[in-house]
Amino acid sequence: MWEQISANRWRSVVLTAGMGLLLLLIGYFLGLYFFDNAIIGLILALIVWGIMSLIAFFQGDSILLGLSRARKIGRDDNPRLYNIVEEMKIASGLERMPEIYIIDDPALNAFATGRDPNKASVAVTSGLLAKLNRDELQGVIGHEIAHIKNRDVLLMAICAVMLGTIVILAWYATRVLFFSGMGGGRRSSGGGAGGLIILAVGIFLLILAPIVAQIIYFTISRKREYLADASSALYTRYPEGLASALEKISASTVQLKSANKATAPMYTMNPFREKGKAASNLTSTHPPIQERIRILRAMSGASLADYDRAYREAKGGKVGIAPASALALDKMAGATALREPSAEAKTAEKPPQKVERARETSDMMWRLSKYRTVNCTCGTKLRVSPEFKGVNVKCPHCGRTLAVQ
Amino acid sequence: MIAVYIVGGIVVILFIFFIATYNGLIGLRNQMRNAWAQIDVQLKRRYDLIPNLMETVKGYMKHERETMEAVTKARNLAQSLASGDVAARSKAEDALGGALSKLLAVVENYPDLKANQNFLALQEELASTENKIGFSRQYYNDSVLRMNNKVQMFPSNVVATMTNFKLGEFFEVTVTEERAAPKVSFT
Repeated sequence: MWEQISANRWRSVVLTAGMGLLLLLIGYFLGLYFFDNAIIGLILALIVWGIMSLIAFFQGDSILLGLSRARKIGRDDNPRLYNIVEEMKIASGLERMPEIYIIDDPALNAFATGRDPNKASVAVTSGLLAKLNRDELQGVIGHEIAHIKNRDVLLMAICAVMLGTIVILAWYATRVLFFSGMGGGRRSSGGGAGGLIILAVGIFLLILAPIVAQIIYFTISRKREYLADASSALYTRYPEGLASALEKISASTVQLKSANKATAPMYTMNPFREKGKAASNLTSTHPPIQERIRILRAMSGASLADYDRAYREAKGGKVGIAPASALALDKMAGATALREPSAEAKTAEKPPQKVERARETSDMMWRLSKYRTVNCTCGTKLRVSPEFKGVNVKCPHCGRTLAVQ
Repeated sequence: MIAVYIVGGIVVILFIFFIATYNGLIGLRNQMRNAWAQIDVQLKRRYDLIPNLMETVKGYMKHERETMEAVTKARNLAQSLASGDVAARSKAEDALGGALSKLLAVVENYPDLKANQNFLALQEELASTENKIGFSRQYYNDSVLRMNNKVQMFPSNVVATMTNFKLGEFFEVTVTEERAAPKVSFT
């Protein structure tokens, strides 16, 4: 059942390798231009990358947790959160219990960190704890545990460091190039057409490399987000939990105070958005949230194959989250069926009476003008105009195809 | 001479494949056994929580002697069967789950009890333990599926047959049992 994750891994590896190649290319041309020796440039690029990687590898999680001002909690500080994390740890088969941190912030967000599954941490904001019910919190924690289990944290750290190195190198090189160009200082003595070509390619690279690296980075990041959503649904057997959590998170207008650009991809939701605005589809490290919700709600079972099917339907493409051969293994009748919502979630949902009465009245008005009503299983009510002649209609909320009676 | 090298090369490759597959199978089997042990851990946790629950509830529920005794009896029976065979045990665990859910349903009639902090903490623990039992079963079944796939599919099935690898057994959860799991209410 988890094989497809490793089968999916090669795509990430190819993209990461592409980024590494870009880094080496920059080093190569820098060396060629500034030192007349490509090897020196390559070594220089590798050294910068190596140092940054080491820092990220050994200090990354403590830096990240420190930056977001997270405090560690134990079982007695918040038994409910601790239990939910332990439940997801068991469901995912993670060997060690991750450390749990709470960030005192009214914004709704969560992230996972740690270089390997045995030394991982999960952090959630206090706002998230206050606003979500048990099922929703379980979905979010499942998503974070999936990041740990799929080793996304390590992958994203490697990519982030590589991106950072490329950006730094390009920035410095542009500076040096600009100033030395003015003073006519250190210039390649190669001269002639060859030198000019190297200069042209170099400048081209300096401009393009950071942009390409960023695009690759976002592509990897989004892929991993979808995969973590799929895994969360598999662990909880209840995709609706994560879907409704995402809905609440996207409706929230509070911005996370302690996030910065470097830590953004670590969060469940992109923490950056215009003040006062709800999180929307503008995010780039994260897939559009409405799409994530729609895919989760369109799942007919909890297996990765079910998610893959929903993903393809939503995207309208042939490319899924994992190769079909890997998903074929993922079949066990009944075992991946969706479960019922927990008792807590059920009792919490009692709509106010006044709204109900208003709805009844409006229903009657619609019926009078011969509109047909189609109820979708996701809870959406569709009004179909009498002029509509089709047999099926697609639910705009979850994407299911419904028959019009 | 070349033929000897080729045959030798093929033998080496087959040998490496054999070792890798065998180790993979052993890894999956250990994972499965580990998952089975996890279920035990959670069931034990449930045994441990029940005496505490009884102690807390005793003062409030004067008229529910029978319900409470049923839970204690079911718990003791399940615990005594803990090292017995799986069928008898899972039946006893089902009975315990059913008795617990009855008791927790009755709680609704005791508002004082529902305000007791100690009880609320226990209720959370019980609800979560119930979830954990479910999730550990789920993970156990996932592990069995993964191992059985390996044992039955080509080419790893060749190695499995040679080393006499047995299929893992799924933890069957009957629908009635699933329904009998205590529904802990949080209101």
